[in-house]
Amino acid sequence: MVPLSWYLIVAAALFCIGLYGVLARRNAIGILMAVELMLNAVNINLLAFWRYLTPAHMTGQVFALVVLAVAAAEAAVGLALIVAIYRTRDTVNVEEVDLMKL
Amino acid sequence: MAQAIFIILSLFTLGCALVVVTNRNLFHSALYLAFVFIGVAGLYFMLQAEFFAGIQVLIYVGAILTLIIFAIMLSRDLMNPNVRGFNRQWWAAAIVAGLLFLALAVVLVRAPWPAAPAGEPSPAFIAELGQALVSPAYVLPFEVVSILLLAALVGSILIARER
Repeated sequence: MVPLSWYLIVAAALFCIGLYGVLARRNAIGILMAVELMLNAVNINLLAFWRYLTPAHMTGQVFALVVLAVAAAEAAVGLALIVAIYRTRDTVNVEEVDLMKL
Repeated sequence: MAQAIFIILSLFTLGCALVVVTNRNLFHSALYLAFVFIGVAGLYFMLQAEFFAGIQVLIYVGAILTLIIFAIMLSRDLMNPNVRGFNRQWWAAAIVAGLLFLALAVVLVRAPWPAAPAGEPSPAFIAELGQALVSPAYVLPFEVVSILLLAALVGSILIARER
């Protein structure tokens, strides 16, 4: 049987890889893909805790389902924003989108 | 046996995730993202969350990834490998991410976790999950998430609409 800490460490590694992507990418779509990696890491954690600590309860799975729906909403709104920005500014580079900077 | 499968699956997933954040060609990143999602679905299978493994493949690979590839195709210059893909602080970002992982790993290894699962999920788990979602305990979060999803979809149509 795989120990619980292995799952948590894999999830932590996936989260940190996503964090690097969010901080280092210049491209808005690249940032969005890295955010998806981080949300996946969260779901691995939730399901690992559900399996090892409270397999008889539904709470872990319901919470993971909520995270999944939020991830879908985030992807839809994020990509719509990217398409809108691309249409007006002709770029998806986040360093060039500085309309709200003084 | 399970440990060997777990290690192979995790290395595959993390390796593909590294390619996703470091590849210069965004289209290739998106394809490797599909492998990451499938690897994570395999981890869900190992956790006996079969419903989630199926949902993961359906929603992430089927819907979200298609959406991302659409957005990549819609914008120019994304598939051009000569465009600089990373900002000037990429090395600082790498240090921050590495330090966070080290801190998390130290905490996770030191904490006393239970060695084995506290029992098995019931055989008819998916049916019980479906009933739990509309039971008084979870119906409020379920409905809130439905409204959130509806609002997000209406909002994204409004934002992306041609004026």
